Amino acid sequence: MEGSVGYDNDLNLKATELRLGLPGTEPVSIVRSNKRSLQQVADDDCGVNGCKSDDQNETAPPPPKAQIVGWPPIRSYRKNNIQTKKNESEGGGIYVKVSMDGAPYLRKIDLKVYSGYPELLQAIENMFKFTIGEYSEREGYKGSDYAPTYEDKDGDWMLVGDVPWEMFITSCKRLRIMKGSEARGLGCGV
Amino acid sequence: MSEDDERQQSPPSDLEFVSNKARNCNATGSGSGHPEFQSTYPDQVLENVLENMLHFLTSRRDRNAASLVCKSWYRVEALTRSELFIGNCYAVSPGRATARFTRVKALHLKGKPRFADFNLMPPDWGAHFNPWALAMAKAYPWLEKVHLKRMSVTDDDLATLAELFLGFKELVLVCCDGFGTSGLAIFVSKCRQLKVLDLIESEVSDDETDWISCFPEGESNLESLIFDCVECHINFEALERLVARSPSLKKLKLNRYVSIGQLYRLMVRAPQLTHLGTGSFSPSDIAGQGDQEPDYVAAFAACRSLVCLSGFREIIPDYLPAIYPVCANLTSLNFSYANITAEQLKPIISKCHKLQTFWVLDSICDEGLQAVAATCKDLRELRVFPVDAREDSDGPVSEVGLQAISEGCRKLQSILYFCQRMTNAAVIAMSKNCPDLVVFRLCIMGRHRADPVTGEPMDDGFGAIVMNCKKLTRLAVSGLLTDKAFDYIGRHGKLVRTLSVAFAGDSDMALKYVLEGCPQLQKLEIRDSPFGDAALRSGLHHYYNMRFLWMSSCRLTRHGCQEIARAMPRLVVEVIRSADEEEMDDVVGTLYMYRSLEGPRTDAPKFVTIL
Repeated sequence: MEGSVGYDNDLNLKATELRLGLPGTEPVSIVRSNKRSLQQVADDDCGVNGCKSDDQNETAPPPPKAQIVGWPPIRSYRKNNIQTKKNESEGGGIYVKVSMDGAPYLRKIDLKVYSGYPELLQAIENMFKFTIGEYSEREGYKGSDYAPTYEDKDGDWMLVGDVPWEMFITSCKRLRIMKGSEARGLGCGV
Repeated sequence: MSEDDERQQSPPSDLEFVSNKARNCNATGSGSGHPEFQSTYPDQVLENVLENMLHFLTSRRDRNAASLVCKSWYRVEALTRSELFIGNCYAVSPGRATARFTRVKALHLKGKPRFADFNLMPPDWGAHFNPWALAMAKAYPWLEKVHLKRMSVTDDDLATLAELFLGFKELVLVCCDGFGTSGLAIFVSKCRQLKVLDLIESEVSDDETDWISCFPEGESNLESLIFDCVECHINFEALERLVARSPSLKKLKLNRYVSIGQLYRLMVRAPQLTHLGTGSFSPSDIAGQGDQEPDYVAAFAACRSLVCLSGFREIIPDYLPAIYPVCANLTSLNFSYANITAEQLKPIISKCHKLQTFWVLDSICDEGLQAVAATCKDLRELRVFPVDAREDSDGPVSEVGLQAISEGCRKLQSILYFCQRMTNAAVIAMSKNCPDLVVFRLCIMGRHRADPVTGEPMDDGFGAIVMNCKKLTRLAVSGLLTDKAFDYIGRHGKLVRTLSVAFAGDSDMALKYVLEGCPQLQKLEIRDSPFGDAALRSGLHHYYNMRFLWMSSCRLTRHGCQEIARAMPRLVVEVIRSADEEEMDDVVGTLYMYRSLEGPRTDAPKFVTIL
């Protein structure tokens, strides 16, 4: 079968796992259509009622049989919409859209992967190839034509950086990099 | 008053046209009531009578039969068909359809085969609405209604519909994709006569356009607005104003971005609703703690005409009692996105005596199904979906639930049941208790799973279904099945039109039994079953009678399929390659073949080879 078998935190069940296909090939888990969100391969999905593993001390649930494409025959939309809420409460990724004034299309980022504002802003700068200025509480973002803003749960547009990071990631619905005079207005103690 | 003259009138409403002709016919007879029609030839009289009669013929099967009688009937039928249904958009070209049927007001078009829903077909395979939109624009400027299923529709197509069809009234898109909120915005803003906009299980891309605000100001003719599948925020204030100015609105299905507080505001403005999709059915995150909760019960109580309830996309079960006032009148209830327990279901379902259609998640367990069986004596359609759609999970529903339903709901006509375990005994019981079954779709999610009690294959269960349910037209099988099951289907499934097979059968004989035994078979979809070229050959006598055959991950070879293609020139034989397949592999990954008057289509993508 396989050559070296690395031991992870779990019981290295991968080596003994039943799979389709010849040894040495990757498990069958092809999702052909990328339009819908990726089918959650179930190793990080404990099912609705929590982890099913008998041994409560395992750090990770046993990996399931390889998923077959399109089986059981449930539309992705239905599958995703039953699990959506559960994932959010279990702390799955917090994906928000990021738009930039003047850019032809939007991007999406997972706020959970960043540890704080500096990392987030750096990532956005890299993504859209521009520079945000220096943040100060009094004056917002100085030194560039751009201001990062976000829409919060109330539907209001706020300047990124004003609230503590944890509060930010739970209340942020989407990000928008404002440009030009609109942006400058935000920095003027308004 | 020759027929030609009257054809010049445009656009005539069909019934108006009938009465004009009838009047004219009678007027040319003598005034004294003499049954003498001297001024019209006998043939023409017959045609007039025929035309009048055919206006009342609405069933397309009857119309198809009528058109075969003779040339005259063919011609008159073509003139009077106002609703055009095309089950496979590639079976006939837009040009050919518009040439034959010249007075169409409603178009119903279907594109991709059903297995495309489950990622078994690469995207961009086809089924584009665009050529149809353009052809309709030229041929039927008076077109009022378009109903599409599994088609690719672009924003431009939506613009075409709104701009080129002045009287356009009704758009229904089921399982469609390719368009976004900006297309919707153009459509609703230009379509001034719009009565129905139903977006059902379609994928709508979020172009950040506030399409709800684009409905024209002033009183709207809207009767139905369904957008529960649209996965983007909507402008609630604009929606509220729209509902307030739509006095004819009967059907409203909201998406999950509408909170229960917002739902309340809409319901209060539209107590005349008959069909309601409740949206999230939970409060928005920023509901003030001290705010008075609106009287949801009163809002539901005010909706005296409500018969169909769905939504509950992010349900907080505490709010469920709000719907008690409408339960007694409900004929349709869709809880298939609501992860609720049997205990939460019982107080609701015990009031739903008139329920005919019920969609639910298996979170209610066998116990919940027993509660359904106890109350819903009029149930016609049941669908039980899995919360956890994987093969190896624990199954909260089983043969116990199915047995209970079969005993309590004797009028059952249609069932779709996902489970992890099932016994032949329960399936046999259902076949005897529910003789009216027309649709039986059982999905035992574990592949090749035998009867857990007897250890036997599920052959006898499905055999009993085809034997005892004499009206059965649609069947989906699962579990461990040998060729015997298919022998039963071939022998007894004489009315079966749609058959779905997955991971079943032992040999070519299984497919042979079905192709030779089921004369009404129209749609056959098979995956991962050991059927090869010999089996395929056994259907040659029947393929022209079918809408399509789908076979993926079976044992077909390229030369086997080539043989079929050569033998049947009016069949389009598509071999669809998946990402890892080579172009000249002899093994066929997916075969999709269908009858067509047009020959190979010109819009096939690279991964499709037409033999």
